[in-house]
Amino acid sequence: MSALIKSSIARKIVMALSGLFLVIFLVLHVTINLASVIDPETFNQWSHFMGYNILVQYLMQPILIAGVVIHFVVGIALEFQNKRARGVKYVKYQGGANAPWVSRNMIFTGGVVLAFLGLHFYDFWIHEMTYKYIEANPMDPTRYYEETVAKFEPMWRTILYVVSFILLSLHLWHGFASSFQTMGVNNKYTAGITRFTKIYALVIPLAFIFIALYHHLNPVMH
Amino acid sequence: MKLYLKIWRQKDAKTKGKMVDYTMEGVEGDMSFLEMLDVLNEDLILKGEEPIEFDHDCREGICGTCSLQINGRPHGPDTRITVCQLHMRRFKDGDTIVIEPFRAKAFPVIKDLIIDRSAFERIQQAGGYVSVNTSGNTVDANAIPIEKDKADMSFNAATCIGCGACVAACKNASAMLFTSAKVSQFALLPQGRVEAADRVQSMVRQMDLEGFGNCTNTGACEVECPKGISLENIARMNREYLSATAKG
Repeated sequence: MSALIKSSIARKIVMALSGLFLVIFLVLHVTINLASVIDPETFNQWSHFMGYNILVQYLMQPILIAGVVIHFVVGIALEFQNKRARGVKYVKYQGGANAPWVSRNMIFTGGVVLAFLGLHFYDFWIHEMTYKYIEANPMDPTRYYEETVAKFEPMWRTILYVVSFILLSLHLWHGFASSFQTMGVNNKYTAGITRFTKIYALVIPLAFIFIALYHHLNPVMH
Repeated sequence: MKLYLKIWRQKDAKTKGKMVDYTMEGVEGDMSFLEMLDVLNEDLILKGEEPIEFDHDCREGICGTCSLQINGRPHGPDTRITVCQLHMRRFKDGDTIVIEPFRAKAFPVIKDLIIDRSAFERIQQAGGYVSVNTSGNTVDANAIPIEKDKADMSFNAATCIGCGACVAACKNASAMLFTSAKVSQFALLPQGRVEAADRVQSMVRQMDLEGFGNCTNTGACEVECPKGISLENIARMNREYLSATAKG
């Protein structure tokens, strides 16, 4: 077992599996968020369900947090290991001549997304935990839409969200298809997976950007 | 052609190295890159200076000895070739050329541009063979029918010359392409299946012990490999490793 934990391939598979799990989660997340643009009432219902359902709160949420933590902890550990593996740096190194920028800068794009997650957790998760468990407020199934839209009122936060989703797009552009290669899938389906990756990496972040901009431009009037 | 060379000089494995500038005049386009270094060394010897040590052997692109990083790329600006196949016509009069050894912690510099690639040999020794006693019991190579596509894929993997360009190109100094080629060439053949699980686990363990980095699927190794070893081999090795680990 310890040999497996130390194995470079096992660590890469952990990165691939946790990444694919987060890729699936993003679909769920963007679907719920799109409801905030289409129908605020539906958004409130779905958000309330996610906020108070026992399975979501005590099973899915810890799994999600574990997925994020594992992905970035293993990712950072691998990055340190990779830096050490070079030893003396090249005086001249043309990384761009043989590999795309996105594939060479996953630690940067991932780092920005991680920093964004800090803000995102502060905005929504900490707020939610405080509302429910510290202030012990009563259930209010109608509060979510206004709370969400209010977050996008400040220009700075909207810009941070947009920039972060651009970096997420770049991260997914390489990461999604790369995880299949790590899992050993390199066959007649690879071209299709690569095409799907590009569509996914554009559509999902663009949807998030659209939602952020929509709420920034359409604040709730009181 | 007049060229400005910046070359890594390092007295020995323990001494810190540095880039040293040289100017060369009268370089002809028909010279190979190694011949250009030969001429430079003749000049240095005539001046009483220490010649530049660099690895070379076959000078026809099959030994993989010439481990030079030229202007930031293994084996120079062209793909599918080694340094001995690179000609000076690829450069222009007045160019500056930066020449360094392949860089990896697992490939320590011995002197100047010569590196120690015995890490690759230890990976190979960990399982890159088929244990068959053929003395007095030689079996004809064609006695076991092998599907053409698998034989071709195995042959392609076996064309890896172990030059180390994959490690040199990879931003993580990963040896996954080399190791996967050596795993694949046997994994694809019935003769290699008997020891396949032990082989992949032993070779990956040795690869990790040598201190190479982790593959992040940038594909730089595949682009720079003089023999065009494909990333499919890395996927195959990962499958082999997963399967071997699952079986215990």
